[in-house]
Order: sequence, then structure tokens, then C-alpha cells
Amino acid sequence: MNIIVCVKQIPDPANPGALDGNNALKRDGKLILDESDSYGVEMALQLVDAAGGGEVSLVSMAPNSETAGLRTALAMGAAKAVLVSDPALQGSDALTTAKILAAAVQRLGGADLIIAATESSDGYTGTVPEQMAEVLGLPSVTFAKKVSIDGGVLKADRQTEAGYDEVTCPLPALISVTAGVVEPRYPSFKGIMAAKSKPVDEVKASDLGVTPVGWDGAGQKITSVTQAEARAAGEVIEDDGEAFGKIVAFLEGLKVI
Amino acid sequence: MAINNIWVFAQVSNGAPTSASLELVTKARSLGGSVGVWVAGDGSAVAAALGAHGATKVYGIDYGSNLAGAAVASAMKSVIDAGDSPDLVMFPQSYEGRDVMSRLSVKLDRTVLTNNIDIVASGDSVTVTTPIFGGNTLVATTFTGGAPYLAAFRPKSFAPESTGGAAAAVQVVGVPDLGATGTANVTAVHVEETTGPKLDEADIVVSGGRGLGESAKYELVEQLAKLLKGAPGASRAIVDAGWVPYSYQVGQTGKVVKPSVYIAAGISGATQHMVGMKGSKNIIAINKDKEAPIFGIADLGIVGDVHKVLPKLIEALQGR
Ligand SMILES: Cc1cc2nc3c(=O)[nH]c(=O)nc-3n(C[C@H](O)[C@H](O)[C@H](O)COP(=O)(O)OP(=O)(O)OC[C@H]3O[C@@H](n4cnc5c(N)ncnc54)[C@H](O)[C@@H]3O)c2cc1C
Ligand SMILES: Nc1ncnc2c1ncn2[C@@H]1O[C@H](COP(=O)(O)O)[C@@H](O)[C@H]1O
Repeated sequence: MNIIVCVKQIPDPANPGALDGNNALKRDGKLILDESDSYGVEMALQLVDAAGGGEVSLVSMAPNSETAGLRTALAMGAAKAVLVSDPALQGSDALTTAKILAAAVQRLGGADLIIAATESSDGYTGTVPEQMAEVLGLPSVTFAKKVSIDGGVLKADRQTEAGYDEVTCPLPALISVTAGVVEPRYPSFKGIMAAKSKPVDEVKASDLGVTPVGWDGAGQKITSVTQAEARAAGEVIEDDGEAFGKIVAFLEGLKVI
Repeated sequence: MAINNIWVFAQVSNGAPTSASLELVTKARSLGGSVGVWVAGDGSAVAAALGAHGATKVYGIDYGSNLAGAAVASAMKSVIDAGDSPDLVMFPQSYEGRDVMSRLSVKLDRTVLTNNIDIVASGDSVTVTTPIFGGNTLVATTFTGGAPYLAAFRPKSFAPESTGGAAAAVQVVGVPDLGATGTANVTAVHVEETTGPKLDEADIVVSGGRGLGESAKYELVEQLAKLLKGAPGASRAIVDAGWVPYSYQVGQTGKVVKPSVYIAAGISGATQHMVGMKGSKNIIAINKDKEAPIFGIADLGIVGDVHKVLPKLIEALQGR
């Protein structure tokens, strides 16, 4: 069982986001593994384990040859990675990202299963995984919250607006997994040391034969950025044991009780 | 060229188009031209409701137990290839909507712009607006390259409005051979029972977050919601933790709510949560950390312990 996990490397979400001169999200500082993808990495490691053989590989597209997030996933137990880093990719839209990642998957020779997160923490278009499946001609199960593989067939509980569906799908396939599906492991010291020497194959868009990319390939242009009207804060009080009375009075004032 | 032919991907629930779908049909009609609406299954059952909101045509498509993505996108592509090509396709920012637009975007080699709350068409150019950074900043993006333009909208971006138009004509569209992409199948459907008003329609919403401490304490939220005849909601933290089903989630990847009163109990106010509830008319927050971002948008903020405030509040309301 060989599994490829999409790993996005993003600015630390603890810092407030900002736009650069081109109105793209700023990504110039240190990048980290998107927490949303840590679930995919963990799930891949567990599925390979359950299958009794195979390995987990990673694909990532990130600026400035960034590998910090990839190293975290390698330290968790992934074997190797393809990193696509190229100044020409700046300004790429989700469709171009999907084409690039699909080409990176092919560079690894494909896999039985490809795993992504339902949406990234910084871009959250939520379209990249399903676009990749279409580029690769694969079936897909998005929003999977429980996954198992039995005799070359994937079984998943797929979250829906009303509950969940049980879905089956033959391999090879692509899935996107929700947060909380599994508990991502912490890399061990041994894992962190081993990750330093694991292979990361860094390539450019031209090595993958994907054109056009970046601002040229994006079918969109940002035309304005404005501040939304801010909502003002009201009264904030410390509970002295009687604050519930304030809430009751507030609701009475609105005539909802 | 102007924006003459618009398609909407609609969803049907309990035999009626969802309100998110009717919002898009209403908006599409206001942009001018004809409005073709795609629905799963028997189009004639919803042709009247869709026509009343401005649909001129309904494309009905039956994809059986297949997942919607590849099936609907392929059928759309086949209709486009046959010469009936839209200038714009509007999708709800829902699970099925996301799958279909992603597949179609690759088939047509067109970008898709997601998470929008507004759209303006002028001549043959289309510009959409997306809130970022928790809704503090609005980004306007214009499509370049050619039509069809593909765009997805967050629920409650537009008000659905019936103009009493006639039932739309129905065209049944077959699903082309999907090859490998059509091999994911639904084998069982599980619907979670809910009682009381629907979360995205309720006039009062009481949501709980990780500050409740443990799953069993969510009962406080349910009790309060029931007393106020409102709906219980949740932050994603406790949905991911498995305390409540996904259908309870409020926020960027959950429901958008705009009730008269929103009560947030033990919720920090992450940007992704606020984007789903900051349109509420009145916001009450209870959080033990006076620095919690939720207080920045609350009309009434209580710095206190939910385990002390909620039981007393519930008792006071029960006594009325
Ligand atoms: C791409 C993406 C999409 C997301 N979509 C959503 C979404 O749709 N909806 C959503 O909600 N989140 C979403 N999130 C997650 C979001 O970033 C936050 O992680 C989440 O909202 C936090 O939930 P919380 O407020 O319950 O938990 P926390 O942030 O952990 O906050 C708990 C709060 O409870 C308070 N507290 C603790 N104990 C008590 C007590 N005894 N009494 C009172 N207060 C107490 C604490 O002070 C704290 O402020 C998304 C994240 C990403 C990356
Ligand atoms: N640049 C990237 N590198 C690796 N994986 C990515 C990248 N962009 C998106 N993905 C994957 O696709 C998912 C959805 O991304 P998005 O469409 O941006 O919300 C992410 O959570 C990742 O799993």
C-alpha cells in the first residue's frame, strides 16, 4: 500500500495574516505544516501499517524551497517528498496548484491512495483535492471522517450536511479528510533526527511540464481590497454571581422572552 | 458578449430547493438573461418553485448512488459541448457544490472562485467579493480569460425572493460514461435526527465551544436553546472532537447564521467561527478569558465560567 499525502506549508496561523504588494497572502516568513494536513499524514501512516507494507510519500508546493513543514511530516514517519518550489508559481490559482500537485504525484509514479485535507487553513478554497482527482482521472471521496481499506476497496464515512453516508470506492482513489479523524502523533526524537536525511526531491514547474502557471495561469485578477465595516464591541462585565440577570434583562429588552 | 446565460447548481432537501439554492437563483435572475438550474433527480418536482424564483429552465439529472461531483460535472460538460454554453455558473459553497465545481473547473480549464458573498456583472466582465481575515477585509476579484466563469457563494449572501414566475421547462440530461471517476458509490445514508427550529433559520441560536470542558456539558447549551425556542450550535473544535454532529457547526466551513440573538458559550471567537455568526443582530458571549476575541464583537460580554453562568440562567428562565 503506497500512499501520497498532500502537505501544505503555511505561515503560522497564530500570527495575523497580511497581504503583500500583489494582494496575495504573505508567505515570506517561516512556514509550518498546516495542521489540517497532519490528520492526512497520520491516517496514511495507519493505513500503510494496517496493510502490512508500503510507504507514505508527500507532495507540497511552497515558495522559497521551504521544507520545515515537510520535515515535520517526515519526522512523523513519511518516507520521502516531492517539493515544487518556483518563483514562477507566485500568484497561482487553485486550479494551477492542483495541476502542479497532480504532476508531482505522477513524478512519484502514482499511488494506491492520495490524501488531502478538506481545505487548507490559509487559502481554504477547498477545491484543490477534487480538482487533482479530475486531473488524474481518479474517483474521489471528499469529507471522509472514517476510512478503512479492505481487499483493494476503500470504505469511508463521508460527512454530509444531514449526517453521514457510507461510501465505497475501488483503488486507486483520492480522499479528503476532515480534522479530528485521527489523533496525529508527535514526532519522536528519533523521528526528527531521521527526517533530516530523508530525500526531498525539489523541482520547478517546468520540470513537471505544467504551463502556464503563476499570475499568467490564474484566470482571475484582484481588483480591489477594502475594509469591511467593523462591528463595535458592547458592554463587557465580570461575573459576580449575578451576571445571568444581565442576560435575562438583555433578552427582555429585545422582547425575545 | 454580456452575461446572458447563467446556470445555478441547486440542491433539493425534503422535496424542496434549499434556501441557499433559491438565493442563488434569485441573484442570477437579477443579473439578467436566462437562468438554467441543475438539480439532482426529477426536475419536474421542483420546476414550479424554481420558476417562481426566476429559473427559465431546469436540467434534471439522475446519477443514482454515484457521488455528485464527477456525474454532474460530466453532464454539464456534455451540454456545453453540444452548444448550450453558460456565461456564468453559480454554486452554493456546500459539499456537493464544491465537488461539482472542482471537477467542472478542470474539465473546462477555468478557474473557480470560492467563498464569495457578492457578484457584479458589467458588460462581459464579472467581479466577485470574498471576505478574508474573518470578514474584516473584502477582496474583489475579476475573472480574466473567457467564460464560463465559475463562482461559489456562501449561504445567506443574498435574500431569496419569489416573483411568481411560471414553472420552468425541464430538460432531462443523461450522465455520460464516467470511467474510473464514477466508481465511488453511496451504500448507506445516515440522517441525524434533529428537533426544534433549523440552525440556519432559527431566530435564536445558542452555541457551545471547547470551554464547556466535556461532551456531557453540551446539555446546558441544548437546555438553554430549548427554553429560548432556539437552535443549538457549536464551534468546529467540539464537532471535530465528536461531541456534536457536523450539522451543528457554525462558521466558515459550517453554517452561516444571522439570528436576532446569538449566544456564544465557551467559544474563543476564532476568525473562522466569527465569519459564520457576526451577521447576528445581537451577540451575547460568555467566556472566562476577558481577552477572548469574541468580546470584540459582543453586544453583551460576560467574563465568567459557563458552568456557573449557564445553570443560573437556565434556572431563571425556567422560573418564568
Ligand atoms: C480552514 C479552517 C476552517 C475552520 N472552520 C471553522 C468553522 O466553520 N467554525 C468554527 O467554529 N471553527 C472553525 N475553524 C476552527 C477555528 O479556527 C477554531 O479552532 C475553533 O473555532 C475554536 O473553537 P472554540 O472556540 O470552541 O475553542 P477554543 O478556541 O479552544 O476556545 C475555547 C474558549 O473557551 C474559554 N473557556 C474555557 N473554559 C471556560 C469556562 N469554564 N467558562 C467559560 N469559558 C471558558 C476559553 O477562554 C476559550 O476562549 C476552522 C479552522 C480552519 C483552519
Ligand atoms: N500548495 C499546496 N501544497 C500541498 N498541498 C496542498 C497545497 N494546496 C492545497 N493542498 C492540499 O489541498 C487541500 C485543500 O486546499 P485548498 O483548496 O487550498 O483549501 C489542502 O488542505 C492540502 O491538503
